[in-house]
Amino acid sequence: MSTPAVAVSLGGRRQKVVRGLLLTLCLSYVVVLLFAPFVGIVYTALKGGISAISETLGRTDVRHAYYLTAIITVLTVLFTTIFGIVVAWVLARDRFRGRAIMNALVDLPFAVSPVIVGLTAVLLFGRGGWFEPFFDARGIQIIFALPSMILVTAFICIPFVIRSVAPILDELGTDEEEAAITLGASPRQTFFRVTLPNIRWGLLYGTALATARSLGEVGAVLIVSGAIQGQTETVPLFILRALEERQEAAGYLIALSLAAMSILILLGIEFLKRRQEKERSL
Amino acid sequence: MSDQALTLGGSSAPSAPKTRGRRLAVPGAWGLRGTALLYLGAMVVLPLTAVVTRGVSAGFEGIKTAITAPAALDALKLTLATAAAATVINAFFGTLLAYVLVRYRFTGRALLGALVDLPFAIPTLVTGVMLVALYGPNSPVGDFLGNHGVHIAFAWPGILLALLFVTLPFIVRTVQPVLLEIDPAEEEASYVLGANGFTTFWRVTLPHLRPAIAGGALLTFARCLSEFGALVIISGNITGKTLTAPVYIFQLVSQFRYEEAAAISMVLFALSFVLVLITEYVLLGRRKSS
Repeated sequence: MSTPAVAVSLGGRRQKVVRGLLLTLCLSYVVVLLFAPFVGIVYTALKGGISAISETLGRTDVRHAYYLTAIITVLTVLFTTIFGIVVAWVLARDRFRGRAIMNALVDLPFAVSPVIVGLTAVLLFGRGGWFEPFFDARGIQIIFALPSMILVTAFICIPFVIRSVAPILDELGTDEEEAAITLGASPRQTFFRVTLPNIRWGLLYGTALATARSLGEVGAVLIVSGAIQGQTETVPLFILRALEERQEAAGYLIALSLAAMSILILLGIEFLKRRQEKERSL
Repeated sequence: MSDQALTLGGSSAPSAPKTRGRRLAVPGAWGLRGTALLYLGAMVVLPLTAVVTRGVSAGFEGIKTAITAPAALDALKLTLATAAAATVINAFFGTLLAYVLVRYRFTGRALLGALVDLPFAIPTLVTGVMLVALYGPNSPVGDFLGNHGVHIAFAWPGILLALLFVTLPFIVRTVQPVLLEIDPAEEEASYVLGANGFTTFWRVTLPHLRPAIAGGALLTFARCLSEFGALVIISGNITGKTLTAPVYIFQLVSQFRYEEAAAISMVLFALSFVLVLITEYVLLGRRKSS
């Protein structure tokens, strides 16, 4: 960390000029690229004043969209967290042939466009899809309904918990767990009393990322849901429709609310990261 | 580092050290292994098999026709060109930002660091909405620029801005940890021997950063290929002009043209998957050498 001091003392004035130039360049890039659009949306969303805001938030379609997004987010995060812990544990503790393939599979969702994810669900459950006859015969609606919306969101969120928990498990090693088992603890006790407390910050971090991602998912959900107003319209789908129907004020406001939630989650993530680093350095 | 691997998609495979993380004799471990395999099989392998099967079912000719349709070719070209441009620009600014964040101490440094992470948290659809709010025809800024012949919303500059926004953190977050690891003594030696700041960066610092920049750039490019949410609003989706490949796939699906959609999906997916694999190789190579 002594480099800056050395650089300044050796380079003198010229170094200071370079430093000033680089800082200005960076700050202007971030301000133009990230900050200006943010100010733009805050201004246009809040232009209408309190009455317009409360009117928009009171709309039944807006409320239903929030309700639906909340359901999808909670179920997706629960589902990917539970199975994510299992996969992370297997990746970190279990040794078997094909483990490398399993590890690569976990990353696949990062490489797939959300639109393609939506297409896969349509090909599996849609008209003429592989599983359509099965569910159709039992009267279970998958496409254009909640199940497919949760499935595609879960696909996209698969890596988050796994990638934040597996490295921690790996780093922890098995000493504590072995001690617990030697002292007579059952696997369940070992998991809840030893393993879980050790991975809790990383786990929370992974779920926070998954939450942020499922709140805003649009491409995959748009394809499988059919965006039926009042039925399968999530918050992002409402924003899309509002902009298409030229209800810009409502669209901007709801988009801003979604951004605000995500920023809160980001702040939570930063906090968790610090907690985790602090704990690890102890 | 966990967040690194995770948010960037460059996985850190648990490195399977011999002494730590060794196999634990837990009863029912194979049950967990089976659960994990079943979960990934059903959730990841099965859906992607469905796309590949449907894409291949059209035959070689069918795939060729789907890809060489004028609308498809234009969409693929636009996606590749904007992705390449966004990657080059963010490779430059991302490296610069990482350097400034690691090496300089200034007020607002923590804020700048948090701002760089903002695109990870903001839903990509909201990114598109933000850009339309700022540069769209109804805003004073968009109106002013439009009067001077500069069109950002519903044109390629809007697409580029959206991609730059969404992928800004990738290179910053891959380069930053490497910069922190570099021994300052090397740079100090370079200064003492009379090299100026630029020469030192170019000859001493940059060679260390190259794998990280390359890895981050590949991830950026792969992400640009798949972006949908931010572009569906800002691009205007004009066929042959501002229609990108993912949005084109979406249009095909909504017209029930599943074969063509699956064919183009295969091309895009193969490209980004190969890129993610190369990234893993590049980043792992770095880890091994360090």
